[in-house]
Amino acid sequence: MTQGIYKILSNRCVAKNTFEMVLEGDTSSLRLPGQFINILLDGCFLRRPISVCDYDSFHITIIYKVVGKGTALLSKLNEGTSLDILCGLGNGFDTAKSGFSPLLIGGGAGIPPMYALAKQLLIEKKKPIAILGFNTADEIFYREKFEALGMHVLLCTADGSIGIKGFVTDAIRNTSYLDYSFYYACGPEAMLKAIYHTCSTDGQMSFEERMGCGFGACMGCSCKTKYGNKRICKDGPVLNKEEILW
Amino acid sequence: MVDTKVCLSGLTLDNPIIPASGTFGYGYEFADLYDINILGSLSFKGTTKNPRFGNLTPRIAETPCGMLNSVGLQNPGIEKVISEELPKLAACFHKPVVANISGFSAEEYAYCCKLIDQQPQVGIIEVNISCPNVHNGGMSFGTTPESAAAITKTVKSVTTKPVYMKLSPNVADIASIAKACEESGADGISLINTLMGMRIDIKRKKPILANITGGLSGNAIFPIALRMVWQVYEAVSIPIIGMGGVSSAEDVIEMMLAGATAVQVGAANLIHPFICKDIIENLPSVMQKLGISNLKQIIGGAHQ
Repeated sequence: MTQGIYKILSNRCVAKNTFEMVLEGDTSSLRLPGQFINILLDGCFLRRPISVCDYDSFHITIIYKVVGKGTALLSKLNEGTSLDILCGLGNGFDTAKSGFSPLLIGGGAGIPPMYALAKQLLIEKKKPIAILGFNTADEIFYREKFEALGMHVLLCTADGSIGIKGFVTDAIRNTSYLDYSFYYACGPEAMLKAIYHTCSTDGQMSFEERMGCGFGACMGCSCKTKYGNKRICKDGPVLNKEEILW
Repeated sequence: MVDTKVCLSGLTLDNPIIPASGTFGYGYEFADLYDINILGSLSFKGTTKNPRFGNLTPRIAETPCGMLNSVGLQNPGIEKVISEELPKLAACFHKPVVANISGFSAEEYAYCCKLIDQQPQVGIIEVNISCPNVHNGGMSFGTTPESAAAITKTVKSVTTKPVYMKLSPNVADIASIAKACEESGADGISLINTLMGMRIDIKRKKPILANITGGLSGNAIFPIALRMVWQVYEAVSIPIIGMGGVSSAEDVIEMMLAGATAVQVGAANLIHPFICKDIIENLPSVMQKLGISNLKQIIGGAHQ
């Protein structure tokens, strides 16, 4: 983990209530897709943990949905604003487990970390397939970005306005040609639970919890696993399927 | 050169800064960030006789200038703390530590303190009496002078280490409880623990915390903590470790002027992981600016 000052290069609306922010600063503590950053905001006591969507040596891209006070404040910040950020938090996804053709399953605000993961898997010469789930067509973001990576993308909406009608698990069940070696998932807990019961391969899931610190000090975000108590922020947010207690 | 040393029951600290229990784990998370040996001491995560997961999540909620937590004393239990956590802490922190002990009965306090008494790296035992007493309808030990005195006596009978009673602020008369602890042999007083509060999610129309209520900490509670340190200083002559919303060198000075000999930094560590280092580095220049050459001399200074 590092603490640093990051400059906002852009902050734009990419879908309904959904924003993409590009930050410039030290990214040396980011090691893996699936890690997150914790942002200090004027007017909020606690930092706001947001998963990293993409990064390179000098830039971090995050995509966040406006759901409360913190994300509303974040959405109003202008280019050039400096932010105090804790970077390189959490364990991230383990691409060594993927096999040749892993499924990347993202639901809504859980989609962003799948983008950096897809890029990494493609660098490793693997053939990932993305399943992106949204509630409605106006919530869709990054579809073209995933497709531009040259990977197969299945899109589904809960209301059927675009793509397969239903949830990501409907897409998995109803797509006969899907042949996958592993899965990575991030999204609402109900979605993760449905995937857990739908997909027979091994997998990794990224969880969300209200956090105090984001780096393992306060024990605010603990959960029970088969291998004892884990802190979502430090020992997670990514847990292996086999250790999840459901 | 200014002198930042303070003395707690025969233990000399390089400076009065002690990360508060529950906000610093067992130290090693922070040892990755900076050399934690610059700290005066360190109060490690509250430890109980048996391992505890704590309360259900969500157990963190934001408040204006502060936060609520209902972690509920998650810890691996005293045996594992001694066999696994303390050696790891000893590897990165070479000064005497403050062992924070909790219990749900007098027997549990005694059990833990007896074991912690044998640990050479422990300089002070800090006894958290904010927990509910399972033998008394869940009433917190810290809410009456009688029960606070009883736990003080119990702990004092099983250890020769200095015993600091950590008081709950959720009481009508904090001074009478501190006095009862002093009369029962306490070597010092730590205060304040968190204040009980709650938040409701107005969209879901339900409490945010799964536990409904939680303990309030952060800058919001600083004036309350300061007032209670002031009141306790007037009532007892044993040293006080002051805490509650401290987040700057100026806050440390203010706490000490109210009567604290040492100062703990809690919630601020969670938001600003380098805060204790920053405070320790700023303290000499803040002292100089205020014309303070020896920190010991300002303890309780505002009472004169």
